Amino acid sequence: MRCNSTGNCDGGCGSVSRRTALKAVGVTLGAAAFAKAMAPMTEWAPTVSLDEFLQKHYKELSPEEMQAVIQRLEKETRDQYGADVSIGDVKAQEGVQFAYALNLSICVGCRKCAEACHKENNHDRASQNSYIRVLEMQKGSIDLEKGNAHYDHPVPQRDKYYMPVQCQQCEKPPCVDVCPVEATWKEKDSIVVVDYNWCIGCRYCEAACPYHARRFNWTKPEISKEEINPVQSYLSNRIRPQGVMEKCTFCLHRTRQGRLPACLEACPTGARVFGNLLDPKSEIRWVLENKRVFVLKEELGTRPRFYYFFDK
Amino acid sequence: MNIGSFSRKESLSTARSTFVKIALGSAFALAVGAGAAIVASRGGGPDSKNAALVQKPPPTNWTVHVRKPESAPKVLTGGTDFAGHPVAVNCSTCHATTTPNTNLRSGAELTTFHQGLSYKHGDLSCVSCHNSGNYDTLRLADGTALEFTEVMQLCGQCHGPQARDYRNGAHGGMTGHWDLTRGPRHRNNCVDCHDPHAPQYPKVMPVFKPRDGKPNPSTHKTP
Repeated sequence: MRCNSTGNCDGGCGSVSRRTALKAVGVTLGAAAFAKAMAPMTEWAPTVSLDEFLQKHYKELSPEEMQAVIQRLEKETRDQYGADVSIGDVKAQEGVQFAYALNLSICVGCRKCAEACHKENNHDRASQNSYIRVLEMQKGSIDLEKGNAHYDHPVPQRDKYYMPVQCQQCEKPPCVDVCPVEATWKEKDSIVVVDYNWCIGCRYCEAACPYHARRFNWTKPEISKEEINPVQSYLSNRIRPQGVMEKCTFCLHRTRQGRLPACLEACPTGARVFGNLLDPKSEIRWVLENKRVFVLKEELGTRPRFYYFFDK
Repeated sequence: MNIGSFSRKESLSTARSTFVKIALGSAFALAVGAGAAIVASRGGGPDSKNAALVQKPPPTNWTVHVRKPESAPKVLTGGTDFAGHPVAVNCSTCHATTTPNTNLRSGAELTTFHQGLSYKHGDLSCVSCHNSGNYDTLRLADGTALEFTEVMQLCGQCHGPQARDYRNGAHGGMTGHWDLTRGPRHRNNCVDCHDPHAPQYPKVMPVFKPRDGKPNPSTHKTP
């Protein structure tokens, strides 16, 4: 069919040409598809403030913008949990590379480290979450998948040993590689962190971690205001939003201030050794130089910064 | 440098000479500036170093506090003083007048005092560690008297590997700072965790059974 310049048809068609009709149908379909695609936005908008939606990636925030974000988060905690908290943004120290070692001959499996982690890091009380999972292992076996985390009897049992597992702060972290939005990365003091406000909750990192070290916030964390640890940090123990990943950060809000991590302080036997790998006089260096340390799943090439050893 | 700003009427050679002049001038200015900067940095060197020293003193190490037993132990007599407080006496109150039994290896063998003492510490006798010359002190293997507060030295005689690990921060609970330039550290001593008469670390019930992220069934109703 051909139309002349005045819009009159040669072939005796109606007042609306087929082309125009097709265009109208196309536009309608396109608009409908767009509306459908945008529909979740209308449901989702009320739970996320505009500021939060427009917030930049952690690494792109200027100090002033970071201050504004922190003030907003502190206000949100006050509004939602009724607690006055102070959220810091402690940066990595120069000349520090953190590492952890754990003496499996001394660990008795009391799980006090897991409990301390739960309290320190403002975990959801209902699910009793913790970054540490203590595995009861058969002596003579090193198969992590056969470890039992649910033991409930006096410890230590004679034929068992106990292996607490948490984030290994790998030098080659597979969880960082798989993140599609770069919401998780390795800091220069070797700690792998998550920007909870950048994470989209796809859980790829959870699947990629060979140590089951990452956790997902299925619900908004429930904590009574009395139990909230008010000393918080943006990249570590501030209360996480629903639908994002979280992980052990070696308590960076403590350790970057020179303090020991909460799990170490809770350990009654001294099985845990923490320190700066770059300091030749540190306890961690002494352990690495004098004990037969090993790492978990070495064959994967993740190069953990978390070492285990037996005394005897 | 914008050569295009030169007038078209100017001859090429004039333009070029002007350009060369400007280029030379700016090169000279740059050289003078760099020289001045070097001089300034040299001149300011010692001062800025001093300033840095003043601002940032060399790191002073905090102490590692090792907890010590407060004093020699006291034994309750069962009586009370005029104010109603229980009376505790030094070991030497009784032991000054009794003859030491060097063969004694367990409280169960006694007919008075210490019968209830559970003892499980190798094949040692009481006076291996207790000083029979003065029961208010301990006794090292070479016979030297040792205050109760220094008990770690006594344990370390036999438990060398543990003492070595302890000295290097790889045995025994601690709190405080890993970085001693920023704060102190507090450490337990041997007898905080190990009963000297039955030193094996006791069995405990584990706390905090994991729920694998599932909510507590007692507080959460599943539909």
